[in-house]
Amino acid sequence: MENILNQIGIENYIFLSVLLFCIGIFGVLYRRNAIIVFMSIEIMLNAVNLLFVAFATYWQDPKGEVFVFFSMAVAAAEVAVGLALLVSVFRNIGSVDISNLKNLKG
Amino acid sequence: MAPILIIFYILSAFTLSTAFLTIYSRNPIHSAIYLVLCFFSIAGHYLLFNAQFLAIVHIIVYSGAIMVLFLFTIMLMNLNNEDEVHKPRITRLGAITVFVLLSSALVVIFMYSKPFVGEYYTSHTDFQSIKKLGTVLLDDKDGFMVPFEFASVLLLVAMIGAVLLSKKEKIGK
Amino acid sequence: MENNLVLVLLLAPFVGFLFNVFLGKKVGKNISGTIGTIAVALSFAMSMYFFLQLNSTVKPIEVTLFDWIQIGKLKVDFGILLDQLSLLWLLFVTGIGSLIHLYSISYMQDDENMHKFFAYLNLFIFFMITLVVGSNLLVMFIGWEGVGLCSYLLIGFWHKNQDYNDAAKKAFIMNRIGDLGFLIGIFILASMFTTLNFMEMKQAISVGTANTALLAVAALCLFIGATGKSAQLPLYTWLPDAMAGPTPVSALIHAATMVTAGIFMITRMNFLFDLTPEVQNIIAIVGAITALVAASIGLLQNDIKKVLAYSTVSQLGLMFLALGMGAYNVAVFHVITHAFFKACLFLGSGSVIHALHGEQDMRKMGGLRKIMPITFATMLISTLAIAGIFPFAGFWSKDEILMVAFEHNKALWIIGSIASIMTAFYMFRLMYLTFFRDFRGTEEQKHHLHESPSLITLPLIILAALATFGGLINLPESNWLNHFLEPILSGKHEEHALGSQEYMLMGIALAGAIVGIVWAYAKYIKQGFVPKQDSEIVGISKTIYNKYYVDEIYTAIIIKPLNSLSNFFKTTLEPALGNVVYGFGTLAYGLSNQGRKLQSGSIGLYLFAFVIGVLAIVSYLFLA
Repeated sequence: MENILNQIGIENYIFLSVLLFCIGIFGVLYRRNAIIVFMSIEIMLNAVNLLFVAFATYWQDPKGEVFVFFSMAVAAAEVAVGLALLVSVFRNIGSVDISNLKNLKG
Repeated sequence: MAPILIIFYILSAFTLSTAFLTIYSRNPIHSAIYLVLCFFSIAGHYLLFNAQFLAIVHIIVYSGAIMVLFLFTIMLMNLNNEDEVHKPRITRLGAITVFVLLSSALVVIFMYSKPFVGEYYTSHTDFQSIKKLGTVLLDDKDGFMVPFEFASVLLLVAMIGAVLLSKKEKIGK
Repeated sequence: MENNLVLVLLLAPFVGFLFNVFLGKKVGKNISGTIGTIAVALSFAMSMYFFLQLNSTVKPIEVTLFDWIQIGKLKVDFGILLDQLSLLWLLFVTGIGSLIHLYSISYMQDDENMHKFFAYLNLFIFFMITLVVGSNLLVMFIGWEGVGLCSYLLIGFWHKNQDYNDAAKKAFIMNRIGDLGFLIGIFILASMFTTLNFMEMKQAISVGTANTALLAVAALCLFIGATGKSAQLPLYTWLPDAMAGPTPVSALIHAATMVTAGIFMITRMNFLFDLTPEVQNIIAIVGAITALVAASIGLLQNDIKKVLAYSTVSQLGLMFLALGMGAYNVAVFHVITHAFFKACLFLGSGSVIHALHGEQDMRKMGGLRKIMPITFATMLISTLAIAGIFPFAGFWSKDEILMVAFEHNKALWIIGSIASIMTAFYMFRLMYLTFFRDFRGTEEQKHHLHESPSLITLPLIILAALATFGGLINLPESNWLNHFLEPILSGKHEEHALGSQEYMLMGIALAGAIVGIVWAYAKYIKQGFVPKQDSEIVGISKTIYNKYYVDEIYTAIIIKPLNSLSNFFKTTLEPALGNVVYGFGTLAYGLSNQGRKLQSGSIGLYLFAFVIGVLAIVSYLFLA
């Protein structure tokens, strides 16, 4: 089976991954809605997963894909707990605006 | 231009645009939908890599479970008609600046690295079929058996945590 | 064995001090006084032992207790040198010291802090011994400073009275001014010879290659130190004020021992002063003028102790006159005889003051001759001695001084003689006003008049005997003292054979003294003259009575500018410095206030900082 990277080239995948990651960061800093922030974090995770699979193909090694496997498991767990927290916060404050969470102000 | 390259470009354009729209749109439900589309395009990227198992698992876990969770939470908190006050101008400016800086930094870093010359290495063996993945994942000697078990414990803990955290407080206790 | 005895000599008074400090209050007055006296008597016994040993072997004892300072080539150890000079001093310091301790047991009986008094007295004797037995200038300096400290403690003993505290401070501070000169002298000598040990310095100087100009400066600085300690012009004003202390203190410190430290130091360093004739001239002139000025002030004083204080300053001036002419042995002779009769005079005046319950003004005394016979007799003997009447001790020593002065410098001889005549006059004035004619005090005081107890009169008798026979140690024919001190003095001393010139000078001095006595008799007994009250004194008498306003001049020239300088520092410099320091605090506060803004509590800011940090690390690692 031929290596697909011969036709696409690894640089393209790196650029794609970088851009996706930066979009994710932009989203985290730009939005105030906590749900959107979570979604941006998911985008970042996915960008990294993409990069891992690209390099798995580069080295023709299955270990990259196994790591993606675990990364997905952790992402799922994190989303579950994070959303539970969010619901709890929503019950206390009444909104999901993160600029309301200022009790740690020194 | 090879056809695969064209497919790659279309797919990546789709990915980037849906990701951007996720962040940009007002309505959280719209954001969720765009994110689902983004995940589907990434699954497409995986298929290009011939990592079929990973693509299917990605669709099932991310689009099927995580996004559904998001949608449920959004609907629970009744956020679909959200009019959000923008952050102060300085923060938005800062965010845009950081975005530009970071992306350019990372790209520049890559561009200054050594260019790859020649053919990509192809081992003419199977390295990413389910069989091979299963062997690597569940091999107890030099596989990932132990992390696998730990991952299951992690999921258990997350489940318990999520249930506990979102319990309603009993009134009058 | 010998080392141990030396240590006993040095440390016995110190042990007495410690005992009185820690246990004095508990054991009661008599025991604390007795322990104090025994401590000093022990030192006296030791010094007697060493004296007899030295007499037979004529070899000085040098003991090094421990190595002290070693910097580069300068090596100073804590050493003790017991040679002729130090043993002589030790004898009369500890001897008169023990007598005064005995006296104080009775004199200070009514004071509740008697144990503290004895503690201070013992400490003083300890420091005086250190001063005298030190084998190098630095150990002597320790003793020098220590006696200054004890003088301060003892003058201000009745510390509830602010005037006494001021007098104590004055004494200490003037001493310190002199000590600065002493220190500079020590520094110059240390840099010139890299040693401060007396024997080694003597050898180094005798080589003769030292820079004489620098030697002269060092000698002058040392003399300034002696001026402060021995109350010469211009640092003498503390001594009359120091009479604020109890009378035993005045007797011990300001008559017999501490004020002789300056003369001791100059005699010790005689090899240095012999090489600097200019400085010797200065010493002689200063001594002579001091003698004259102090005697003139003493003519009109009405406080019995002040008269004695000015008399001390005047006699010290005569001793410095002798030193300034290179006649060290003569000065030492006069120190010893002066210690005897001045201590007796002070103790006698203490007895009078005790009988009158604290009255010190002579205008309120009189006619005590019949009531206090022992005091009267002993004081009469001492007054005859100080006036220089044959055959008492003072005659021999004062005559020697005047003889030496006559040979060197006639002008100084005239000044010395006038001072001696004045001495005779005012000392007999004191006697006549105190003991003769009728009592001028109140009726109540008259009822309580009595002779003092035996503990007071015994030291008086002993000292009067010494004042009578003290001249024997250096009669012109036998010259025992001169021979004894020969190993110490490097220069050639002239022996006075008794020729016609000497007899004539003796006659002149004796005649002058008798003139003074007769004049005083005529004025105060025949005429019955009583000095006026303070407000009635006018004219030149007023100037002399007010000590030529020297204290006021010092206040105006020195103290007021210093005070205004301190005030300037207090009002402008100190707040400025304070503001600088506070400024640091304010700066820290401001900076922290700005830094506080980082903890705004907004998650967005934290995330932003997070990403900026990652960006910085990434660019540093990969782009730079």
